[in-house]
Amino acid sequence: MSKTTRRTASSRASQRFTPAVKMGASVSAAVALFGISFGALAVAAGLSVWQTVALSALMFTGGSQFAFIGVLASGGAPAAATAGATLLSVRNSIYAVQLKALLNPTGVKKYVAAQVTIDESMAVSTAQQDPDEQHRGFWVTGIGVYLGWNLATLIGAVLGDFIAEPEALGLDGAVVAAFLGLLWPRLRGREPWALAVVAALVTVLTTPAVPAGIPILIAAAVAVVWSLASQKPKQSKNPEVSRS
Amino acid sequence: MSLWGWVLLACAAAYATKIIGYLVPASWLSHPLVPRISAALTVALLAALVAMNTFSGEGGVSFDARLGALTAAAVALLLRAPFIVVVIAGAAAAAGLRLLGVP
Repeated sequence: MSKTTRRTASSRASQRFTPAVKMGASVSAAVALFGISFGALAVAAGLSVWQTVALSALMFTGGSQFAFIGVLASGGAPAAATAGATLLSVRNSIYAVQLKALLNPTGVKKYVAAQVTIDESMAVSTAQQDPDEQHRGFWVTGIGVYLGWNLATLIGAVLGDFIAEPEALGLDGAVVAAFLGLLWPRLRGREPWALAVVAALVTVLTTPAVPAGIPILIAAAVAVVWSLASQKPKQSKNPEVSRS
Repeated sequence: MSLWGWVLLACAAAYATKIIGYLVPASWLSHPLVPRISAALTVALLAALVAMNTFSGEGGVSFDARLGALTAAAVALLLRAPFIVVVIAGAAAAAGLRLLGVP
């Protein structure tokens, strides 16, 4: 092998393990572990193994999947579970707009990109500066998480099928912890904290009065009113004061 | 509609939220309120799901071992534990409290 070919080979190898690829791979591994708990919890919530597998393969957005089974587990109607899951997926529309501007996938690729447009692929892709790295970050994370999440879901669902008493194992406590873990990274600053407390209070206060699952939709309405009410005034007379 | 029907409908709706961002012109979703409402929806829904799964019981609100799960998860998050550890801490707290006789 000549010097030049060796150099090309090594530079190609180093290109394969760029920072974006490494970040995507480690995110995929971490998410896969979490998929096991989703699989077990979905079966405990009353879904069949195949319904659980279908959620991960077709819905493929973790927060919404947990919302779907969380509403069912607390006695809510499937319609409320569907509405909650869909509203929680609205943020993916925003990611899609940003990723379209960044990567502009065309043809069939666009439809595949949409399916793997999730928190993780968005985060890894936008964390990169170089356009090639943004592409690699998105696809490695999106496809890596898809494979890991689905395989883990299947393992979790099969294991969950053997669990006779989910409450003795604290699986209902695991759902609570999972939602808090999903919420936590979004609580940066005073405003999201205030909104989270208000939404939680509204949920607890309306729970005895309305059918199960509906308090989630009331909380969604609170979020919309909150966004409209806390909108910054278009023109401020005194910008020095309003900035503080 | 059967549970299968709802599962598939929810999956289709989630895909719709994703593909819409690629199909419509960027200007349609460029209003500053769109990302604001989206971020607020996510925080409010997740907070509501935490509350519902902690307190919902037969016939209203109940206080049980799940409150311990919430506390254990919060402590794990404050200690910057990885997600899977947070979930296990929640399960262990609820299971442990039930062993001790907490409902």
